[in-house]
Parts: sequence; structure tokens; C-alpha cells
Amino acid sequence: MGQRQTLKDGFIPKMALLTAVVAAIALYALVSGPYPTPPGAVARAFLHYFGLSAGEAPGRLDTVLFSVRVPRLLAALMTGAALSAAGTVYQGLFRNPLVSPDILGVAAGSGLGAALGIFMSLPVVAIEGLAFAGGLATVALVYMVATLVRGHERVLVLVLAGVVIGALAGACLSLIKILADPYDQLPAITFWLLGSFASIRPADIWSAAPAVAVGLVPLVLLRWRMNVMTLGDEEAAALGVDPRRLRLVFVCAATLMTAAVVSIAGVIGWVGLVIPHIARLAVGPNFNRLLPAAMLSGAGFMLIVDMLARGLATTEIPLGVITAFLGAPIFIWLLASRARAWG
Amino acid sequence: MRLRVDNLAFGYRGFQVGSGVSLALSAGDVLCLLGPNGCGKTTLFKTILGLIERHGGRVEIDGEDTNAFTRQGLARLMAYVPQAHAPVFPYSVHDMVLMGRTAHRGLFAAPSRRDRASAEAALELLGIAQLSSRDYMHLSGGQRQLVLIARALAQEAPFVMLDEPTASLDFGNQMLVLERVRRLAREGKAIIMSTHDPDHAFACGTRVHAIKNGHTLAAGRIGETLTAAVLSQLYDIDVEVVRLTGGRQVCVPPPAPH
Repeated sequence: MGQRQTLKDGFIPKMALLTAVVAAIALYALVSGPYPTPPGAVARAFLHYFGLSAGEAPGRLDTVLFSVRVPRLLAALMTGAALSAAGTVYQGLFRNPLVSPDILGVAAGSGLGAALGIFMSLPVVAIEGLAFAGGLATVALVYMVATLVRGHERVLVLVLAGVVIGALAGACLSLIKILADPYDQLPAITFWLLGSFASIRPADIWSAAPAVAVGLVPLVLLRWRMNVMTLGDEEAAALGVDPRRLRLVFVCAATLMTAAVVSIAGVIGWVGLVIPHIARLAVGPNFNRLLPAAMLSGAGFMLIVDMLARGLATTEIPLGVITAFLGAPIFIWLLASRARAWG
Repeated sequence: MRLRVDNLAFGYRGFQVGSGVSLALSAGDVLCLLGPNGCGKTTLFKTILGLIERHGGRVEIDGEDTNAFTRQGLARLMAYVPQAHAPVFPYSVHDMVLMGRTAHRGLFAAPSRRDRASAEAALELLGIAQLSSRDYMHLSGGQRQLVLIARALAQEAPFVMLDEPTASLDFGNQMLVLERVRRLAREGKAIIMSTHDPDHAFACGTRVHAIKNGHTLAAGRIGETLTAAVLSQLYDIDVEVVRLTGGRQVCVPPPAPH
């Protein structure tokens, strides 16, 4: 049955096509930009970088590629994939297709941490560290509050605690914005809150990638149980899983992934909300397939968004602005076409 | 195997709904839980399943307290058929039934070929194999209920608990579900079924447990226990129990006043 179904609904061909499209966009992103980089020269630079060809390094090109474009490309792929994976998990966990990765306040907490770092004129590494810690701490606080409240409706209490703590973090953020230097710090905070890959350094990739990978492991291992979790606590328990423990694992994993990419790229909305839907339309709700499809689509989507961000105008447009302009119409279209199925 | 509930007290945190309920069943039994709205049927049901912590008493399977089992271990022994509901995501019928196999798989495993085969076998047994690739969301209420029963079958648990499986179904689908429940019992399952309709207990039950205000009003074999007196007391209306020519019993509400 499984084999037949895989062929019938074309999961493997769909994934192959998607991979090819994302790879093509990635190649295009590598060779396009203000500094001219002919594909041949890029290929030679790559061969040289991996020690596959002898001779002189093509100086300037090398810098453009490996200090700017490749880190930026990797950051976009990783951010898109991580946010989409987290969105997929949260939508399943909270049994609500309108949920995004910041439902439990991870974005608000990260934003507050980063703003604090910028306000105190800390170095970039410290700002990123504070953003990461702020995101994790906020979700931990939300989880603790929800556990202490102990209502019948655990999931509802958790979401409401997220709303409350998120609003609190938002208030603190507003206070910092008012106190911040309006010529120097405020624009930095605002830009950070809308997301950008403009200042991505190779070191950022190395600092965020391990956390994303660690978060991904339980999602892959527990992929089947995630399906059972979407039936709600009682049914999941009756089917033999421990919903409370599993939820904690999934929330930790998704939060870790989100906080890691938010700490290097800033707050980028819409991706984690819209991409899981599109992936679900393409491959169905089974998490075994949905997770890879969502991650791949998210990576491709983020690449396109970043190319628009650096190519549309002479200055960089914040990523969050572009994802909103792309995401809102897509979402309205999804609402119109799928509203019945969400009943 | 034998499921025994002994002097069970049940309710929510800080609020006791009922107490003193004892019952027992083994393979081939269909025990019908009857009672008016708000009598604690659902709470009792969920407490037996271990979904709500019990306030007192024991639930044991072959002498072992169910609190000693892991969730997974318990799910291999007891399957739960909730009332047919719309899921949030459009799973296929096949995947829905496949979720019944979760208790038989390791923590990190996805269903195997064997699991897929037993999911298909469960659909086959309930006569709905043709629905396998359909979207569960787009089925009728009766079809959904049968799919959920198939999922419980795929779980391969000796005890199956059905929560008002006929609620919100049309007459034809109600009879279809009851017939399938009878068949499951013949094939060796032990079944607890809650229902609002005493006729459904007559139609497929072997034993009955009538609950009122959280306490046992009457319990025993259907024919002897489900009398007009018991039913009248249970629902606070006059009920007559009539034996049809074929030997079957039905209950008849009081005549409408003129």
C-alpha cells in the first residue's frame, strides 16, 4: 500500500522537482549580485576552495563568494527550513493551522533580547547571544506558567500563557525603543525586528547550524508520533503515546530551531505560517512527508525573499516586509480555497 | 483476559463525580453503560481508560493494576473509540487507521509494511476497505465512526471501549455500527459501550451497567437487569419494556398525552 500510494500521489517526483527548483534558485543566487561573477569563475573558485584545483585563488571573487554570498545563501536556506519546520510542528501540536512559530513568544523574547543588546551597545556576538537566550527563556517561562495554572485544557492554557508573556515582552521592547538613541540604536532595533541577512558572517552559520540540527533530530525521530499528537491529548494517550512529555520535546525542539535562526537573522514573520500550508497542500498532512516538504519549500521561499530584499531597491529591504507582502496574499488565497477543509 | 473495575471513585481534579462502581468483563462480553445526561458516564469511561486520574478504587487487567502499565503498554490492551469527530488535518483513512498501530511500534519507528497490512485488514473486516485512500475529513459521520472502530481493531487490543458510537448517526448507520460491534464481540473482543439508547443495549449488549448520579443503579445481564422499573427510575419517565414476537425486547416511552 505504502509503495503504491507513494507512486500514485507522486511524493518522490514532487520532492525531486522541488529539490531541483531550490538548487536552481541557489545557483542563481550565487552568480547574481552587484559584483560581476561569471558562472565559470564561480565554478573555478569553488574547485579551488575545496582544494580540487591548484593555482592562485581568485582574490576579490573569493571574498565576495565565501565571505558574503555563500554565508548569506546558507543563512537563507537554514532560516527558511528551520522556521517552516517549527511552524509545521506548532500547527500540528496546537491542532490549529493558523499557528506560527512565535505562538509561544519565542520571537517576542528574541526581539527583546536583541533590543537589549543593541541598547547596551554590546558587540554583535553578545546581541545574538541575548536574542537566542531571550527566545528560549520566554518559551520556558510560558511553559512554566502554563504548568502552574493546570487547567483542563492544557493546550489552550499554553497558548494563552504565550499571548500574555509575549505581550509583556512586547511592552518591555517598547520601553527600550523609547529609551534608545533615536539616531543610532532605534533604527538598528527596528531593522533587527524585521529581519535581514545583510550582516550575516560565516561565523553566524557556525553558531546557528548546530542548534538547528539538534532541534531537527527529535522531529525526525518522532515523526510518526507527531501525527498521533494532532488528534489531541486524549486520543493520543489512548493510542499509546504520552502527550505531555512528547509536547515538551516538540516545543523544545521547535523553539531551539526558531531561536537559533532568529538570533542571526532577526524576526521574520509569515514563513512559518504559510509554508507548512503550501507543503500540506502538496504532500498531505502525514508528518513523515510534510516535514521534508515544508523544510525544502521554506528554504526555497526564503532564498527568493532574500533575492528580492537585496535586488528590489538600492537599499536592502527588511525580510519581514517582503515576507508579509508575499505571505498575506498567499494566505488569503489559502483561506479562500481551503476554508472548508479546516472546519 | 479479564478487566475488573473495583469500587471505583472518579471525577475531575477537586471534584468527585461518582463512586462505588464495580464491574468486570471478559472476551465476548458487550457491556453497555447506560445513564441520563450528566450522570458521569463519560468521566467513568475516561477513568477506566486511564485518561483521567482515578479518585479511588482499582482498575485491573488480569489482576494487575492499570496504573502500573505505561501508556504504550495499556494501549496494547485497551483501545478507545471516541465519538466521530472532524480532525484538523486531512489525513487519509489509511493513515487514520494506521495510527492505531502506534502502540505496537518503537518510540522512533514509523509504521512498517506489516502495520499497513493490519490497517487494511481492519478496514476489510468492517467492510470499508474501499474508503482506504479517501480523505477522512470528507466522510459521513457513519463512515467516520466505522473508521475509528477500524483504528481500534488495528490496535489489536483485547478490550475495546466505545464512547456513544451511535450518537449523531442516522438510523441505518446506527444499526450498521451496532451490528459491527456485535461481530467484534463474537470474534473475541471484550467491549464496553456507552449509549443513550436502551434499545441499543437490547440490540447488541450482553450485560448492562446503569449509572445515575455517579452511582450504580443496576448491573447485570441485559434480559434480567434492564427492566421497565429500572429504566423508569434511570430516566425519570415511565417506560415499558415490550417483548417482540421474535423474542427481542424494545423499550417504549409513555404514551403522549391527548
